[in-house]
Amino acid sequence: MKNKDFKTFSTLVGGVSRRDFLKYCTIMASSMGLPLGAGAQIAEAAVNPKRPPVIWLSAQECTGCTESLLRATHPTLEHLILDLISLDYHETLSTPSGHQAEEARAASIKENKGKFILVVDGSIPVKDNGIYCKIAGRPVVDILKETAKDAFAIIAIGSCSSWGGVPSADPNPTGASPVHKVLADAGIKTPVVSIPGCPPNPYNFLSTVLYFVTFKKLPELDSKARPMFAYGRLIHENCERRPHFDAGRFATEFGDDNHRKGFCLYKLGCKGPETFNNCPSLLFGDTGAGTWPVGCGHPCFGCSEAGVGFHKPLFTKASLHLVTPPDTYPHTSEQQGRGAGIVNVAVAAAAAGAAYAAVKKVAGKLGEDEKK
Amino acid sequence: MEIKRRDFLKVAAAGGLIAASSATPVLAREPKGRLKEAVGLLYDSTVCTGCKACVSACKQYNDMPQSSSTPQDPLWDNPLDTDSKTYNIIKLYKNGTGEVKDREKDGHAYIKRQCMHCVDPACMSACPVSALQKDPKSGVVSYDKGACIGCRYCQVACPFNIPKFEFEKAFPRIQKCQLCSHRLARNEIAACAEFCPTGATVFGKVEDLLAEAKRRLAYKPGEYRKYPVARVDGKETTERLVTPYVQKVYGERDGGGTQTLYLAGVSFEKLGLPVLDEESDARRTETIQHTLYKGMIAPIVFLGGLIYVVHRNTKDHK
Repeated sequence: MKNKDFKTFSTLVGGVSRRDFLKYCTIMASSMGLPLGAGAQIAEAAVNPKRPPVIWLSAQECTGCTESLLRATHPTLEHLILDLISLDYHETLSTPSGHQAEEARAASIKENKGKFILVVDGSIPVKDNGIYCKIAGRPVVDILKETAKDAFAIIAIGSCSSWGGVPSADPNPTGASPVHKVLADAGIKTPVVSIPGCPPNPYNFLSTVLYFVTFKKLPELDSKARPMFAYGRLIHENCERRPHFDAGRFATEFGDDNHRKGFCLYKLGCKGPETFNNCPSLLFGDTGAGTWPVGCGHPCFGCSEAGVGFHKPLFTKASLHLVTPPDTYPHTSEQQGRGAGIVNVAVAAAAAGAAYAAVKKVAGKLGEDEKK
Repeated sequence: MEIKRRDFLKVAAAGGLIAASSATPVLAREPKGRLKEAVGLLYDSTVCTGCKACVSACKQYNDMPQSSSTPQDPLWDNPLDTDSKTYNIIKLYKNGTGEVKDREKDGHAYIKRQCMHCVDPACMSACPVSALQKDPKSGVVSYDKGACIGCRYCQVACPFNIPKFEFEKAFPRIQKCQLCSHRLARNEIAACAEFCPTGATVFGKVEDLLAEAKRRLAYKPGEYRKYPVARVDGKETTERLVTPYVQKVYGERDGGGTQTLYLAGVSFEKLGLPVLDEESDARRTETIQHTLYKGMIAPIVFLGGLIYVVHRNTKDHK
């Protein structure tokens, strides 16, 4: 991308420099494991005047996903995300409000039928006809069904919309359900991509969006509809504390000597061994070097994994998905049980002999009694 | 009616004589030679860094479950030996401070244990139902669960303590390394060799492996030499500083020869490998058995003797 090309759209990306813009696109490409050249491709797609329209629906959520997205910093992402895509409706970020906002959504759906991306954060309450979350007087479950039908694809951002999240924790009073389940029950077949996490790393979301913008298709997904580039591996597999696990060095209490030494947090209930996410490599949010739960000395909570975060008690030990050898070795002359040694045999023989003699004596006495 | 001692001894002596006389003309069974196309592994203990990539890869590609020797803390796959859930294991020899690699005193060395795929396997000889078979081409000793009756003779017969029985299962099988036969079938090599990063375990034709082993024994300690990685005849090599070897290829002739060959810097006995004659157990035992039962002459004569004794002693009862 030449400098003069960049000038034609520099205002479009919020006044970031050409260098920063290309850097950002390359980082996106590398976070998805794409070849270096893909960065330039992404850059070109990102400034294409035909930006894909995005409608962002919020259900039972805490706005954490939006907040973490807004705090992505390289480059100033709030500009880029707003200009890269055409964000037609977002309850937190919209300038208009009330009827005006609802009208914008209706107009965008009508105009971009089958072309827009629908992003959903928050779980969908379905109990009692969905009365526990209403927007503009309508249950969000109805709004979702109505909007989802016309979307090209749906991105469920955050654990709530991916698998239920906090609101679905027992006893789940609102009947909080993930987006894919609500749509499957309603027979709507629009593809759903899940980006679980509480909140998910914004770059996992941005990478998915950019992949879509660039290649006009969704990235490779796993069986739970999560992008493979982000959720292909267990946290345990890439964890910086893994060597301590393999060596059997564990922190057993918060603040104990082993905890201070930075040992493995498995015995404090770390859910890394059963949580698929890229936190060890991309860290948590955009908060700086080494900053993610395990990096700070707190066990992984499993926030992105269905049935783990908000469901398993915090200090309950994780179940191990992949069991691997430790970094200790069995010795070549390892003792595995013992055969009967000469002493054991002698002792056993002596006991048997004594028993035999005793029985014989008793039997003899009995015989004598009978004779009498 | 009691058998007279004299009569009994007479019959017994006659039987013994016949058995002995029929033994002389029978020659010991021919020793089995190496198959031309046989494949195997060469494990060089001096090259091994003990990373256990082979252990993980073996588990993964053979779809084997965890085997834990620490039930109170079952976090790892840490068996103490090959077992019904483990085909392949890295063991450590350690003496004193263990500071120098491949030294017997105050040193340490690694050893990889798995099926040796013997030239003349004792397990196969001991198996009464031919559940263990040696592939006529590759020489891989494989197991047929359909034929197995669960007698565990193979487990007792193996001098390397390799076939392992699934005592914990209701329908148990024998478990042992089959040199990744399923991978060989699709032109891949044994997982332990393919995933060995240092070239400590290499896969190939046994004759190539033997030649490579002999070549290594001729290297002078202190010089840099190219060592093949994964396949003995492959393109990938690694250059490394030669360290002293024990001047022997274990498995060249030990126990009648094996298709898994070993090189090491400390004595093989210290690494837990058994000291075996050049004559295989299978040949020795089969020679005895085949001599005793040749043409069924000795057993029939012995049976005749027994019948005679019984007949003589029960005559009066009629």
